[in-house]
Amino acid sequence: MNAPVDMRVTRRLVLATGGAVAVSFALFPKSFAQDASGTAGKPPGDLAKFPMLDSWIAIDAHGAINVFTGKAELGQGIKTALIQCAAEELDVDPASIALITADTERTPNEKYTAGSHSMQDSGTAILNAAAQVRAILIEIAAKRLNVPPEQLHTKGGSVVANDGRKIAYKDLVGGQELHRTAQPKSPLKDPKDYRVIGKPLARVDIPGKLTGKPSYVQDLRFDRMLHARVVRPPSYGAKLAAVDIAAAERLPGVVKVVRDGSFLAVATQSEFQAITAMNALADTAKWTETAQLPKQTDIYAFLKKLPSQDTTILDRGNPNEAGVRAVRATYHRPYQIHGSIGPSCAIAKYEAKKLTVWTHSQGVYPLRDSLAAMMKMPAEQVHCIHVEGSGCYGHNAADDAAGDAALIARAVPGRPVRVQWMREQEHGWEPFGPAMVSDAYGAVDASGKIVAWQYDVWSNTHSMRPGGPGNLLAAQYLARPFAPDAPKPIPQPEGGGDRNAIPLYSVPNIRVVSHFIPQVPLRVSALRSLGAYHNVFAVESLMDELAAAANTDPIQFRLRHIDDPRARDVIIKAAQEFGWKPNERLARGHGRGFAFARYKNLAAYCAIALELTVEHETGDIRLRRVVAAVDSGQVVNPDGIRNQIEGAIVQSASWTILEHVTFNTREITSRDWSSYPILRFSNLPASVEVHVIDRPGQPFLGTGEAGQGPMAAAIANGVAHATGVRIRALPLSPANLKAAIGI
Amino acid sequence: MTILTVNGKEHNVGGDPNTPLLYVLRNDLRLNGAKFGCGLGQCGACTVLVDHQPVYSCLLPVSVLEGRQITTLEGLGKNGKPGPLQQAFIEEQAAQCGYCIPGMIMRAQGLLDHNPSPSEADIRAYMQPNLCRCGTHMRILRAIRRAAKELRTVRAEPVR
Repeated sequence: MNAPVDMRVTRRLVLATGGAVAVSFALFPKSFAQDASGTAGKPPGDLAKFPMLDSWIAIDAHGAINVFTGKAELGQGIKTALIQCAAEELDVDPASIALITADTERTPNEKYTAGSHSMQDSGTAILNAAAQVRAILIEIAAKRLNVPPEQLHTKGGSVVANDGRKIAYKDLVGGQELHRTAQPKSPLKDPKDYRVIGKPLARVDIPGKLTGKPSYVQDLRFDRMLHARVVRPPSYGAKLAAVDIAAAERLPGVVKVVRDGSFLAVATQSEFQAITAMNALADTAKWTETAQLPKQTDIYAFLKKLPSQDTTILDRGNPNEAGVRAVRATYHRPYQIHGSIGPSCAIAKYEAKKLTVWTHSQGVYPLRDSLAAMMKMPAEQVHCIHVEGSGCYGHNAADDAAGDAALIARAVPGRPVRVQWMREQEHGWEPFGPAMVSDAYGAVDASGKIVAWQYDVWSNTHSMRPGGPGNLLAAQYLARPFAPDAPKPIPQPEGGGDRNAIPLYSVPNIRVVSHFIPQVPLRVSALRSLGAYHNVFAVESLMDELAAAANTDPIQFRLRHIDDPRARDVIIKAAQEFGWKPNERLARGHGRGFAFARYKNLAAYCAIALELTVEHETGDIRLRRVVAAVDSGQVVNPDGIRNQIEGAIVQSASWTILEHVTFNTREITSRDWSSYPILRFSNLPASVEVHVIDRPGQPFLGTGEAGQGPMAAAIANGVAHATGVRIRALPLSPANLKAAIGI
Repeated sequence: MTILTVNGKEHNVGGDPNTPLLYVLRNDLRLNGAKFGCGLGQCGACTVLVDHQPVYSCLLPVSVLEGRQITTLEGLGKNGKPGPLQQAFIEEQAAQCGYCIPGMIMRAQGLLDHNPSPSEADIRAYMQPNLCRCGTHMRILRAIRRAAKELRTVRAEPVR
């Protein structure tokens, strides 16, 4: 779907050219190949990387339609949306499609399911592959029926002739018909003819999940399966000095205690036996601790003092312009956890020198390579199969659990081994979303326009995914350990720590500098939206501060500085639906906040307006009404988009109001939901509305992470409006609020 | 040996009587509804009903459960034939990853069993023990309201 509308070849055009052998010409009429847009040569999305049509779509002799994606269902509803793409262009009932997701022996290697890329990469590939498959089916039927292709159409899984004759797809393909290289352009439908895309198709996975059908890797049970638990060290890098393995081996159900250096685990017949044995081992384990963590109270100063690699990612004019009024501000975001409700889990089986792993990893192919390196096995002997887990929201401990399961399974060949982490392990050992700091400066002129902007952001890496084997937690603790990969920044335009560090607003004089800190004091990796959460919080807070400096309503101020019509549309839509009145004053303790961002400056647009109250006595924020507008390009499943944005609003509210990892100089101390509380029903907004703006024919724009940053900033702006005090450090917890507003 | 009554059926369960109910439900009885979330009674992913009261199955040893009626998600309805609350959650598409939802449904069932006409405040207060990380809460609330309304309608209809 990356092809703009005007590049789309019409079905009539394709069919008119006809000719079975000449499908490539059929899909590329000369006039089209000369199209000025000139992207000829590669099909769109991940179809470019995997151009064989049958690597995406297969129709068997029984009529089963299998669609393959290298992306994984993470609870974001991607399966349903991908099925809609295939069903639409194949002209079949969505229920007739079986979607096969990430599996290293079956699906294209689409790397990670991350970065809100699935619709852009895989959705686009499947949409285009399906359109090309449909054209091939028509072409074969034309020959079979001896009629020109323009007298044929497709309906309900058959090619139908004008005279009423029809042939089912299954009767058109018997061999290698779909084993063809995709053409750069596809005979896509006109969006106005869509019957499946754009409709709120019910999620295919929900009924099973709600009735107890095995739906998660946690639910898989194999014959002779063992249960295992890992005894994790008390702190980063601790060495196992001694442990009474013999005593543990005498416990009921214990099949094997596995020790390799400081990696310690136990496999048992039943799950509770594994937990009991894990606790027994932990009781006798003696560890040599070496961790030296920074002081939590001092973390931002500590991070800023570490060596950094500095990149100026935007430099225009003189960003030191003084204007008539200026704002200088520093913004902070703490370490935060993914906090999946179900701790990470994996099942591994090692048999005949082959390793099979069922995992909820976001990247089965990269994980396969990591496991192979850790186990010193050829990659082709490692098979990773994605099975859903609890929602991950980024790189949590999914891959680590797979590493644990692989190591334990090797010690009990032939027996499937299921490992699930304990709650305290997930909280303490998952890679966190990194703490970040940014310094900002903005100045407005006498006409109320921004004349200068400076923004410096300091951050660790936002991706320590596998990768090398050392990115798997267990591998760092083996007798012959693997070191984690050297942390690397994710370059612009997507960015990592500097994701969304460049404002989308027009500013004549601007400098934005990304300070990448390679040294990692706490284990970190990708958390939903990466640096965008912090940067949008900072940029949109600064916009409100500058609007105040310019004595202008915050929405009017934003519109004054943005030309992109789609950005303007979501801002105006959110404002209208909210009923925003410029410069409105509310009662004491009542505030309203607004924020906007285009995720990564290249994916979905999202604006949020909200109303809140701050209870002065307690520092509690009560969210009232939240209204969002989102533009995700061509909408495939509007309810899927709404669900993602509603979720982002609530999750980001939790991060923003409540969440921060706690630690002392030795260890992580936020180890459960009591020491790391997240939002419960009592903190929910009174209402959440999401308005989706459809853009028929426009490319899909990733949506899954688009709401995180705007929600954080909208809350901060609402708190400033309600209290008159600007708070620039997250979380906006009752304690921090009370300290800031002085009660 | 412990005799457990789960979804109206008796089961003889061996093993350590201190084993929390959750592991017996999942591994011995192969019921997937109740999920391991924290093992600490903090998140509600493991919620089931015991004598119509929601409990944390991750904490409750099977030894104290003889003679009591245990209801799990599977006791409310089946795939293809969901119960009213499950149906309401499906109608509202009240799930993202869905991992917490069985526990949510069981707690909501506990509420509706005792209070067929809960107010919005009643629902929010009753659901407080259960955590969702995807942020599906607003839909969960809608689903519970929908189920309550539909159950009232069903009850109000005259029996023929």
